[in-house]
Amino acid sequence: MDVTGLSLTTITLFLPLIGLAILAFMNGETQKGNLKWVAFVTSLLTFVASVVMWINFDPSSSELQMVQRNTWAEVSLGESVINVSYFVGVDGISMLLVLLTTFIMPISILGSFGSHIFEERGREKLYYIFLMLLEWSMIGVFVVHDLIIFYVFWEVTLVPMYFLIGIWGAEERIYAAVKFFLYTMAGSILMLIAILYVGNRSGTFSTYSAGGDVGVIEMVQNFDGEGTYWDALGPDGEGEDGGFLLDSVESFLFLGFLVAFAIKVPIFPFHSWLPDAHVQAPTAGSVILAGVLLKMGTYGIVRFNLNLFPEATVAWAPTIAFLGVVGIIYGAWVSYAQDNVKKLVAYSSVSHLGFVVLGIFALNSQGLQGATLQMVNHGISTGGLFLIVGMLYERWHTKEMADYGGIWKVMPLFGAISLVISLSSMGLPGLNGFIGEFTILLGSLGSDYLGFAFTLFGTLGVILAAVYLLKMFQHVFMGELKKPLADEAGYKLTWYEKAAYIPIIIMIFWMGLQPIVFFNLLDVSVDSIVAMFVR
Amino acid sequence: MENLPLLVPLVIFVPALGAIINFFFGARLGEKWSGYIGCFASILAFIVSLLLLTYVTGTDGGAAVVNPPFFDGWLRIESIDLEIAWQMRVDSLSVTMMLVVTGVGSLIHLYARGYMHGDKWYPRFFAYLNMFLAFMLVLVTANNFLMLFVGWEGVGLCSFLLIGFWWDKKAPEGWKNSNAARKAFIVNRIGDFGLLMAMFLIFWTFGTLDFFKAGELPNTEAKYLVGWREHNGLLEHGADKDGKTEKESADEGDHGDDGHGAKYECVPADAKMHSEDHISDEYGDDGHGKSNPLAKDIRAIYCDNHRFDTELLGVFGQTTERFGQGEMVDFGGFQIAFEDVIFLIALFMLLGVTGKSAQIPLFIWLPDAMAGPTPVSALIHAATMVTAGVYLMVRSNVFLWELNHAGYVLGLIITLVGAGTALVAGFIALGQWDIKRVLAYSTISQLGFMLAAVGIGAHVAAMFHLVTHAVFKALLFLGSGSVIHGVEHGHHHAHDRGHGDHHDNDFDPQDMRNMGGLRKRMPITYITYLVGTLGLAGIFPFAGFWSKDEILADAWFEGFELNETSGFIAFGLLLAAAAFTAFYMWRQVVLVFFDDARSEAAERAPESSGAMLLPLLILAIFTCIIGLINVPKATPIFDGIYHPYEFKYFLEHSLVSVSRGHTLDFNLLIAGVALALGIVSIVVAHRVYKGKGLASDKRDQLETSAPTRGLFRLANGRLYWDEFYTAVIESPFNRLAGFLADRVDWEFLHDYFHDRIIKRGFDTIGDLLSRPIDLGIVDGAVNGVGIFVQRAASWMRRSQTGYVRLYAVVLFVGVVVVILFMLIPFIQALLQSGA
Repeated sequence: MDVTGLSLTTITLFLPLIGLAILAFMNGETQKGNLKWVAFVTSLLTFVASVVMWINFDPSSSELQMVQRNTWAEVSLGESVINVSYFVGVDGISMLLVLLTTFIMPISILGSFGSHIFEERGREKLYYIFLMLLEWSMIGVFVVHDLIIFYVFWEVTLVPMYFLIGIWGAEERIYAAVKFFLYTMAGSILMLIAILYVGNRSGTFSTYSAGGDVGVIEMVQNFDGEGTYWDALGPDGEGEDGGFLLDSVESFLFLGFLVAFAIKVPIFPFHSWLPDAHVQAPTAGSVILAGVLLKMGTYGIVRFNLNLFPEATVAWAPTIAFLGVVGIIYGAWVSYAQDNVKKLVAYSSVSHLGFVVLGIFALNSQGLQGATLQMVNHGISTGGLFLIVGMLYERWHTKEMADYGGIWKVMPLFGAISLVISLSSMGLPGLNGFIGEFTILLGSLGSDYLGFAFTLFGTLGVILAAVYLLKMFQHVFMGELKKPLADEAGYKLTWYEKAAYIPIIIMIFWMGLQPIVFFNLLDVSVDSIVAMFVR
Repeated sequence: MENLPLLVPLVIFVPALGAIINFFFGARLGEKWSGYIGCFASILAFIVSLLLLTYVTGTDGGAAVVNPPFFDGWLRIESIDLEIAWQMRVDSLSVTMMLVVTGVGSLIHLYARGYMHGDKWYPRFFAYLNMFLAFMLVLVTANNFLMLFVGWEGVGLCSFLLIGFWWDKKAPEGWKNSNAARKAFIVNRIGDFGLLMAMFLIFWTFGTLDFFKAGELPNTEAKYLVGWREHNGLLEHGADKDGKTEKESADEGDHGDDGHGAKYECVPADAKMHSEDHISDEYGDDGHGKSNPLAKDIRAIYCDNHRFDTELLGVFGQTTERFGQGEMVDFGGFQIAFEDVIFLIALFMLLGVTGKSAQIPLFIWLPDAMAGPTPVSALIHAATMVTAGVYLMVRSNVFLWELNHAGYVLGLIITLVGAGTALVAGFIALGQWDIKRVLAYSTISQLGFMLAAVGIGAHVAAMFHLVTHAVFKALLFLGSGSVIHGVEHGHHHAHDRGHGDHHDNDFDPQDMRNMGGLRKRMPITYITYLVGTLGLAGIFPFAGFWSKDEILADAWFEGFELNETSGFIAFGLLLAAAAFTAFYMWRQVVLVFFDDARSEAAERAPESSGAMLLPLLILAIFTCIIGLINVPKATPIFDGIYHPYEFKYFLEHSLVSVSRGHTLDFNLLIAGVALALGIVSIVVAHRVYKGKGLASDKRDQLETSAPTRGLFRLANGRLYWDEFYTAVIESPFNRLAGFLADRVDWEFLHDYFHDRIIKRGFDTIGDLLSRPIDLGIVDGAVNGVGIFVQRAASWMRRSQTGYVRLYAVVLFVGVVVVILFMLIPFIQALLQSGA
């Protein structure tokens, strides 16, 4: 497949930029009708490219695949030489998340097709340019294995999302956009410092070994001196002792990365930017935010925290998993108290991602595979929920639950679709949400690092999920129709609305009934991470 | 014959297909064809179940594991040997459940064609019903806990959809319906939490969730397989009563009658086995298969389970092998003794059962569930879904058996829950006015009977009562539906002709105060209802007599012979509950069918259509005869004309506890006491209500006299159980939710924390870092960020002024600058290396 000398990963990564370039040269006024099509077709092509990647992917190999690595710069700093390189490639985890990204993008673009927001705010061209930029940077985050380039992509995702919220958002969009930006930046600074330390210590920013250059992960794993890799030459040189948590370099580096990711996920108590961002963002923004952006945090934890700092991971695992469990229950509980539909769904993300965090820090195969699958599941079902909220808003122009009721009666198909997506979100067995939650909780019970209480309280979240989602479903879709639309034609779903839901529904059933396909993709990759934590 | 089990995927597939057709094409098909498809799917599933029955009866211990086509595997993680497949099993227990579900289900489908006639969502109703059947059959045919759980939650979903089927009725009724649906789902979820926890524990204890592996016999100790007996020509009494004491005959003698002799013919060293059999089967220590040498040899004959290593057995097989070995189970973070884990598993499972089978403390959803259409109440909330919990418990009989015989109090707990529920629900049923609500509490009470039977180890009695109850309770519910239907129509008639005083909005066609005298208006409904009532009340010779009597006899034996506390409790409480049962049922019969009509609607109520009456008649016939499937040994009259304990021996090859437990003779004393109690209760109820109707103010007769007034009000108020939960659980939950959301999350984390910590922190850090200290790229980069942050922070303060776009652009530029700034060294290096 390597016709051009570029790997498939590179092709997939840069396809959105081609779309962006085309959009940039189009006339936003005269070609208004074509803008969305360019964006949609580009995202569709990107999706096809990622599926081609999937076909070429060999799930039995734990190596990075479809790798492309060009050394970009070698910097001399004192005595050491630091490599910065364009280094892309995928393992099972990256592959799945790239697929999620390219899957969500066309759907969220379809979700913007009939949006009234452009009548009010205009600037359709800029909107789609930002979506393309966002797709490029998100794929970048998932495929890049050089810390500096990773950081660049990580920060670039902020820009389009900031503008999507800030320009096309709801009433308090500026406040929400700035808050979103500030919170993420706050974490990023710490991560940047940690990244620079890592590069300085190991002489390279590449995490994986490739082409004869040894990556950081291999250095960490093959280290056989006193203490840990990070602490052997650290200020105290003490390595692992009683005060490891707050008295070791590795621990601080771990936290440097973790805080950045925790804010993104968000792990309780770093979540307070989330309801603002979600509620104010336009539909496509919410869908992408919930569907993909939040996964960057959990992905980062798996990719960097676990791989680079195994000792610190073990030391911190119970603490972070505890925050995950708190998030599960707290998020669900707070979600239940909301009267605003979009806010309710936003808080449900805190709960769902609490499961992911719990699964990751179970540090066994079940937990980690479940967590990765749950990232995808959450992207699909919560993305679907935000689409639903968006379509309701397009018609009724309100997000207050009290204004809705009886929608199922006038929109039977929409009601049925919403029911399926809600059920998927609350983890009904046979649908996708259950597979992830079940595997995570299963993993948490058998974890070497967690205890019974984690599983017990985590499983309570399953009850609470039903409590808040049924509240939403009942208040919005059942009961009496409170506000009939003036125009009955509004009850019909348009073709692009149906088209957005069909792939979601298919995935919900597919992943629920035959998750084997996806577990196969993950198995070996996850195993190589878990191998570090086997006692 | 051997390939018959391969049909089992059809029992799920056919109703599922019916549901799909009705979902997507129901509106186009029209009422007639939509109903046909629904009924046809159900009946076809019933026929397949019958075929499977012939397989089980026709083969030696015919238990088969089937992997359905198209669904190879399910949850599989290769690196850690996690393997949970879509896998179905056919054995006597699952076939029993299949027959109940599809048999009763088919009749209810037929009935629903008449009952739902004219409903605008008729196709959707049949789609839901078929979907329910599909999920219920997933539940009962599953060969592992997870697949069972799929069915378990799936039927819960269907229950939700069907309870709330009429959510679009006018307020407040529509809203009440959807509330009831939501309540059912959430309460069931609490139970599901228990089941999930049980599954997690099971997985780490056994490494599998499969009940039994392919090729493994569920009960290696089975002695009396139906097919096997036939094969050996030993169906008729082959007496073998040699050397039995009076005491032994209770649990052993009847075995002899039914094939005891045959057993030894196949075992070498006949005499030796024989004597050991007698020793080991003494009451005291017959509990453990391992200590029973007979069991080992029988295993050698019937089954080759021994060719498996222990860890290759299913959950229950492993339990038998590993229990009592002093093993510790390692969960990674902690260790628990094997026996304690099983105890924990069983307790969590019990929580799940109390949810699904509506037991204390989670029974409160079932009475509200009566908001659904009556066929739904009959099918889901009486005959099938709610018995899933009992099925699960019986399926897990190995757990219960081992625990009970190792001195764990599990049996006592289950008995307390079951018998307590039976009594409490029976009491509440005494004071209800809604015809369906009485039946709902009655269902809860009868499920309590079954669970109590499970608690004392009488698993067959529990299953027997499950089967008979499914028949007569479906009959009663369908009968009540017929009554409601009639009264509703009568109400419309009266209304149309402009007679009398109608309270259109107030009129409740389910309120028994509005009925009376329907005996003459609806004769067939009356007769069948009477049969159902006598069946439920346990009057000879109807179904309930046999099954209830078996539970009571087992309880008596457990208590008075074996001195188990649980036996005393079960016997005492269940006897009282049985008296309540007869009383409230007769009260209902009198209030509905006897005396004069108390409303114009009742006066004009027409008999229901043939489509509805036919299922009633069929069910009534079955209520008369279904009890004969498990007539105890040595029953007068019946002994000679029917094989005793047919059902028990049928179930034996699925249930280990049957082989290890006792088999009792017919106990005339207990049967007599129970029967007398039922008749006395009926007579008392008749005297209280017959000919008197209601007291003044439409009050109940019991309410008029001082001693019973308080009790009636307590029953009428449902013991204020719901109110108690509202006050203790629901309100605090809601208040805390509000507190967390408004105070903690919004005011503290969202506003205060944001303003004080994050924003101020940014400003401070920005100030600190912006001081130029030249230490290379670390500070350079952070410095850049600091400058940016300062700008962003100050920008945010001024953001109200409105030049949003300008600021946004500034911010964008800022980011680009920061990134470029970070990259400057690298770009320089790149340029140098290029040059």
